[in-house]
Amino acid sequence: MTTTVDLQSKIPNNVGLSDDPKLQRALERWLPNYLEWWHDMGPTDFEDKPVYLRTAISVERGGWANYEHVRMPDYRWGIFLTPRDGDPTLKCGDDVGAPAWLDVPGEHRNALRRIIVTQADTEPASVEQQRLLGHSAPSLYDLRNLFQVNVEEGRHLWAMVYLLHKHFGRDGRDEADELLQRRSGDVDKPRILQAFNQPCDHWLSFFSFTMFTDRDGKFQLGALAESGFDPLARTTQFMLTEEAHHLFVGETGLGRIIQRSAELEKQDPNGDVRAQGGIDFDLIQRTINYWYTYSLDLFGGEISSNASNFFASGLKGRFHEGRFEDHKAIVGEYALKVVENGKLVVRDVPLRNAMNEILRDSYVTDCERAMAKWNKILVEFGSPRRLTLPSRRFHRHQGIYQGHFFNPAGEFISEEVFREHEPQWLLVPEDNDYLLSIMKPCYEPGKFANWIAPPRKGINSQPGEFEYVRL
Amino acid sequence: MDHPAATATARPAPVDFDVDSEQYHHWRVTFDGPVARLAMTVDPASPLREGYELKLNSYDLGVDIELADVIRRMRFEHPEVRVVMLTSGTDRVFCAGANINMLGLSTHAWKVNFCKFTNETRCEIEEATKSSNQVYLAACNGTTAGGGYELALACEEIYLQDDGNSAVSLPEVPLLGVLPGTGGLTRLVDKRMVRRDRADVFSTTAEGMRGKKAVAWGLVDAVYPRSKFEEKTAERAKAWVAKASKDLAPGERKGVKLPALAPEVDETGRRYKYVTLAYDTSARTASLTIQAPTQADVDIVKKGVDAIYAAGAELWALRVYRELDDALLHLRVNHYDLGLILVRAVGDAQLTLDHDAALVSVKDQHWFVREVLLHMGRVLRRMDNTSRSFFALGDGGTAFAGNLAELAFAADRFYVLDDPDQPVKIGLSEFNEGGLPMHNGRTRLQTRFIGEPETLEALIGMRELLDPEPADDAGLVTMVFDDIDWEDDIRIAIEERVSLSPDALTGMEQNLRFAGPESPESKIYARLTAWQNWIFIRPNATGPEGALTLYGRPERPQFDWNRV
Ligand SMILES: [Fe+2]
Ligand SMILES: [Fe+2]
Repeated sequence: MTTTVDLQSKIPNNVGLSDDPKLQRALERWLPNYLEWWHDMGPTDFEDKPVYLRTAISVERGGWANYEHVRMPDYRWGIFLTPRDGDPTLKCGDDVGAPAWLDVPGEHRNALRRIIVTQADTEPASVEQQRLLGHSAPSLYDLRNLFQVNVEEGRHLWAMVYLLHKHFGRDGRDEADELLQRRSGDVDKPRILQAFNQPCDHWLSFFSFTMFTDRDGKFQLGALAESGFDPLARTTQFMLTEEAHHLFVGETGLGRIIQRSAELEKQDPNGDVRAQGGIDFDLIQRTINYWYTYSLDLFGGEISSNASNFFASGLKGRFHEGRFEDHKAIVGEYALKVVENGKLVVRDVPLRNAMNEILRDSYVTDCERAMAKWNKILVEFGSPRRLTLPSRRFHRHQGIYQGHFFNPAGEFISEEVFREHEPQWLLVPEDNDYLLSIMKPCYEPGKFANWIAPPRKGINSQPGEFEYVRL
Repeated sequence: MDHPAATATARPAPVDFDVDSEQYHHWRVTFDGPVARLAMTVDPASPLREGYELKLNSYDLGVDIELADVIRRMRFEHPEVRVVMLTSGTDRVFCAGANINMLGLSTHAWKVNFCKFTNETRCEIEEATKSSNQVYLAACNGTTAGGGYELALACEEIYLQDDGNSAVSLPEVPLLGVLPGTGGLTRLVDKRMVRRDRADVFSTTAEGMRGKKAVAWGLVDAVYPRSKFEEKTAERAKAWVAKASKDLAPGERKGVKLPALAPEVDETGRRYKYVTLAYDTSARTASLTIQAPTQADVDIVKKGVDAIYAAGAELWALRVYRELDDALLHLRVNHYDLGLILVRAVGDAQLTLDHDAALVSVKDQHWFVREVLLHMGRVLRRMDNTSRSFFALGDGGTAFAGNLAELAFAADRFYVLDDPDQPVKIGLSEFNEGGLPMHNGRTRLQTRFIGEPETLEALIGMRELLDPEPADDAGLVTMVFDDIDWEDDIRIAIEERVSLSPDALTGMEQNLRFAGPESPESKIYARLTAWQNWIFIRPNATGPEGALTLYGRPERPQFDWNRV
């Protein structure tokens, strides 16, 4: 049984946990279940290994970045809200400018709970998806990054569970319990969103996941950071600082693979990357196509009354809402390409109903930026090859393009043509076999697997030989 | 707001209720011995009217017309079926309920008639379960929201997939500012006997409930994990087949096909084999004429069940009521302007009584006879629920006797001509004493004579034909006119009736037709639907800032907070 004193030392926080017996009681009950979940579903076989992890211990400057070697089960999962100056107000919707809610307004209780549960569910899901990856890490540096991402996803779960426990009464506690019962990929108890039930069993997928799927998280958190429910806004703001690292892991990870493939392409007399044991560009492109499109689904329907309601009531804004001029968005339209009678036509959708699509736009722009960076690497390392982002209509399982068939360029095609080209466009089982065959662990300090280039610099400016994980 | 369905097309194509069972757009029916699987697979691109898409297995009148057809045919064409497993063929969603965009685009009259028809269809599901040994079970393999849950509620048991996502819900109040108007509230507390406080919580929680809690609260009967759902529901089906195979009506379980009625149709009316519906648009009336059975029809019935079964869909008692049903539905949905229906049953009263006596004598000898009688009862209940004035006109050549006398008792008034040159006879058969109940479970005579038990008592067992005067004395007639007065008095009665407010008349008639106790079924029509119809015209639902109007739009509803 965990005592209150244990709880205090275990959970760094700025939410007044020591003065909140109700919250203490809820967390005392939840913590053992969480640790059990971590033991069962967290990274396998590395529980006793000290890992060079960053722990957030306060919201002060630099307080979020304390590095030391710790064993993962001893990681101190904290609860932090970004501090506020002044009285917060609603950032968007009909009542923009009115005082923000410090407690859950009854009218929006169910909607907020749903928003929070959906976000929360993704956090443990990704830990589950990544639990076997430690066994094929290309370096100690990458192994450490994987674990850093994992413990922080765990902390994100904590952050969401805090909101559920603190603000949503018994229903909230029930939901918090269920977050530990669902399992990624389980037929009976799947995670809520589809991308979080897809297998992620090699490092190419891991980097793509952190690049593309975590990036959805960045934009969702960004939109929730504009929420009129102030505790949610402040929680998600703090989470964004950690999320940035996950995106860094993904973007640079893919960049390092691309760099290495370009080097191997040059090395090989026939320009054959695979012959040199690397990851060929077609396979990289297929992986991008796969994860990018599953991640696009996460933004929800292109035309959505839920999204409209959330925005109208001030529960969820746009990414960087402050940069928009009109925060009501009651007039104006969004020109959306829709499928009508087997053709693509442009239709004007009320702006509020297009909020999911607007958020998706911000996401696509961000992904295009990363894509340009990778193509610059290709230029720099002398490869003629270029990578592209597929159209947002390609390979969709949600929204208005679902059930129709498009090629990566976004042109209408028949199902037949799609099936015929599918193995060229999307990951196939043989890809996995190949990747697993080359992904042998490389645990020697300072060494890297053949298929990936070393990073430009170490974590917290550590030297190349640094022992990020003590095995 | 702009209602394209009401304004853009002044007169859209009339709705057809006689659908082709080979070409359902929205349902897939498959058979495995005594178990039928009825999968809802709504085609989003086949709405009945333009302007909306039927996404996520949401339904409109067209979807429900097909469902009603499936249920009817299941009873007549597939008497071997004991269990109908109602499920979804659409991924991750069982049924999302009535299509909200359709409701938003519809006129009040369309909404009301749509709801009434769907309610009747749900009641038919329950009747098939109760009276035809065809048990409907709901296998909710995905989101079961609003009208989707109400559809499940009409089934004997509800199984919900336990996948952490699939929930049953009634989001109408919190999301749309209207009621779950297809019997949902009534069946929650009256049928499933969910505690009222829990029903209150459930009906105001938009996302609904799932998993063990849904079972604990009695909202569903069982939850099964996704991987075991097929297997477990199949087990339940098997258990129900065993239960439903007890006390089966006799007769070889080989179906009777129901061919299309194929009436002659033009702008003046619809002419079926036995029924004629003629419109008088300028007078805002219609004549509904029903042909009584002939000697040949009676002979078939007298020969017994084999001859009856051989007659199949051509049997008078089946055919005439199918035609009447179709005519009533056409009046309801395609002819809002015809407010008064003048009903005549024509033919030979004595033959009708002979027919009834012969049919009743074999009612327990064959499942087909039983289905024919149940069907007659359903059509008469459809008439009780039709929001038109009905005057039964017993002039020369009419035969308001036995089952056809029910038309006169279902009508709001029954006028009879007393003219020795054109004798009119009125008579009762066993059908007037039971077998064709109203929604409240009582006969029309019981309801009529609720305050005069001795009048009713005197009529029980009476099988001889009555002349107009004695019929009047017996309380069966509203008014008797002689040949001098008839024409004028009837004309005046008609003109007076059609001059009154149609809304007030609908409300008045519905209040007067159903004296006596209520049943869950009658509550659905009288209480739930009536409240729903009121809410539908309130600004909080359908005003420019109402919740139903604004659903799916960027603006949020603004309520008038005053309680009325
Ligand atoms: Fe996260
Ligand atoms: Fe993340």
